[in-house]
Amino acid sequence: MEGVDQLFERMVHEHKDRIFAASLAMTGNRHDAEEVAQDTFLRAYHALCTYTPERIRELKERAWLHRIAVNVVRNRVRGVHPRLVELNGSESDHAQGPEAKVMERMQIDELATRVAELPARYREAVVLRHVRELSYAEVAEALRQPVGTVKANVHRGLKLLRGDTDDRVDD
Amino acid sequence: MIALTTDLKRLGAVKAPAGFADRVLAQVGMADSYARFETVLGDVFVAWNRLGVSAAARFLSAEEFEDWFAKEVGRPLMPAPAPPDLAEKIQDELNGKKRMRFDLRGLTAFEQAVLRKTREIPRGEVRPYGWVAREIGRPAAVRAVGTALANNPIPYFIPCHRVVRTDGHIGNYGGGGPEAKKAILTLEGVRVKQLEELGRAGLRYQGMRTTKIFCFPTCYTGRHALEKNRVWLHDEASARAAGFRPCKVCRPAVVA
Repeated sequence: MEGVDQLFERMVHEHKDRIFAASLAMTGNRHDAEEVAQDTFLRAYHALCTYTPERIRELKERAWLHRIAVNVVRNRVRGVHPRLVELNGSESDHAQGPEAKVMERMQIDELATRVAELPARYREAVVLRHVRELSYAEVAEALRQPVGTVKANVHRGLKLLRGDTDDRVDD
Repeated sequence: MIALTTDLKRLGAVKAPAGFADRVLAQVGMADSYARFETVLGDVFVAWNRLGVSAAARFLSAEEFEDWFAKEVGRPLMPAPAPPDLAEKIQDELNGKKRMRFDLRGLTAFEQAVLRKTREIPRGEVRPYGWVAREIGRPAAVRAVGTALANNPIPYFIPCHRVVRTDGHIGNYGGGGPEAKKAILTLEGVRVKQLEELGRAGLRYQGMRTTKIFCFPTCYTGRHALEKNRVWLHDEASARAAGFRPCKVCRPAVVA
C-alpha cells in the first residue's frame, strides 16, 4: 500500500491546480469547486487501492483524473450529492492582493460561472479542451466520446459562450 | 474571438486554494489532523489519522505544536474538528482505560516494542527502565530504552512517565521535565516521595511474609498487605535467599 500512498501524494501535488481549475469552470464557484476537486481525489485514491500494478502503470493520469472530476460533477447535478447550505461563502485562500488582482479574480470567477451554465456536454468539452488545454485525443479519452463528437461539442460550446445562438442545438 | 480562448486559458491557470493538498491527504488518512483537548493534565494537543492517534504534546499555542510535529513526525498536519468519540477516549485513556489506537509508523521496531511494553504498565504503578529492556528481550539495552521513551511521540497516552529510575531520582521526562513526571505520577496515585526514599535507601522490592512473594513497590497485588507482613528487599539475590519468589504480575525478576 505504501506504493499507492506515494503515487497518490505525488498525483495530488502534481494535479491539484489543474483539477481545481477544471472543477471551478464546471461548477462556477470556488466553494463547489473545492468540494468537487476533493471528491475527485478521494475517489481516485479509493480506485487506486483496488487497481492492479499493471493497471496503475497503464493509467493515463491526466485523462483519468479529469474523467473522475467530470463524473463527480455529473453526479452532483443528478442530486446524488446532498446540497449543503453554504454558511460562509467559504473561500479558503483570501489572498487579498492589490485591486488589479481582485479584479482579475472577479473576471475569472465570472467567466467560470458562464462556462458552468453551459449545457453539460458542451461544458465538459470546452473545459477540458480550452480551460485545461488537453489534446482532443485526451478529451475524447476522458469523456469516453469519439474525437469528432468532442470537436463538435467544443465548437458549439465556444459559440454559446460568445453569445452566438443562431445554431444552437436544443438542450 | 481570440479573447475568449485566451480568457478560458486564464481560467485554466487558477490555482487550488492554500492547504488543499493537505486537506485531501488528511481525508484519505495520509496526513494528520489535530485539535486541542482539555484534560486533567491541562490542554493537550492531539494529532490523529486513519490509523489512530499519532502524537500528543502540551504546548501553549497551535503554532508551537505544528512546529514540533513537523520536526518529530514530518507528515502534513491540519487543524480539524475532532472525531466525535476522541475527546471521550482521551478522558478514558487518562483514567486508565485503554481505548486508543496508535499510529507508530516511522518508529523503529525496537522503539515500537518499548512503547507497547510501556503501555502495559498499569495506572498508579511504575517500572524501572531495565524492566522494559528485559521484558522486550533486550536486557542490555537499558539506555536505548531511555532514549526510545524520551522520543515517545505520544506521551501521557503511552505512559512513558511510568518508567522510572531505581536510584531515588524519578528520571527525566520528555513531557515537561522531572517535575511534570512527578506531578502526573502523583495524579495517578503513585506515592512519589516514598518511592524516592526507597530508591535512595537501595530498597527495590517489597516482600510479603505471608505469601513469600516479592514485588515492585507499586505493584497492586502488594497494596493491601499489612504493614507488619511487609519487608523491604535490596535485590533479587537476597530476596530469593530469604525464600521469596518474584511476583508473576509485576515480574520484578524472571519468573522461574
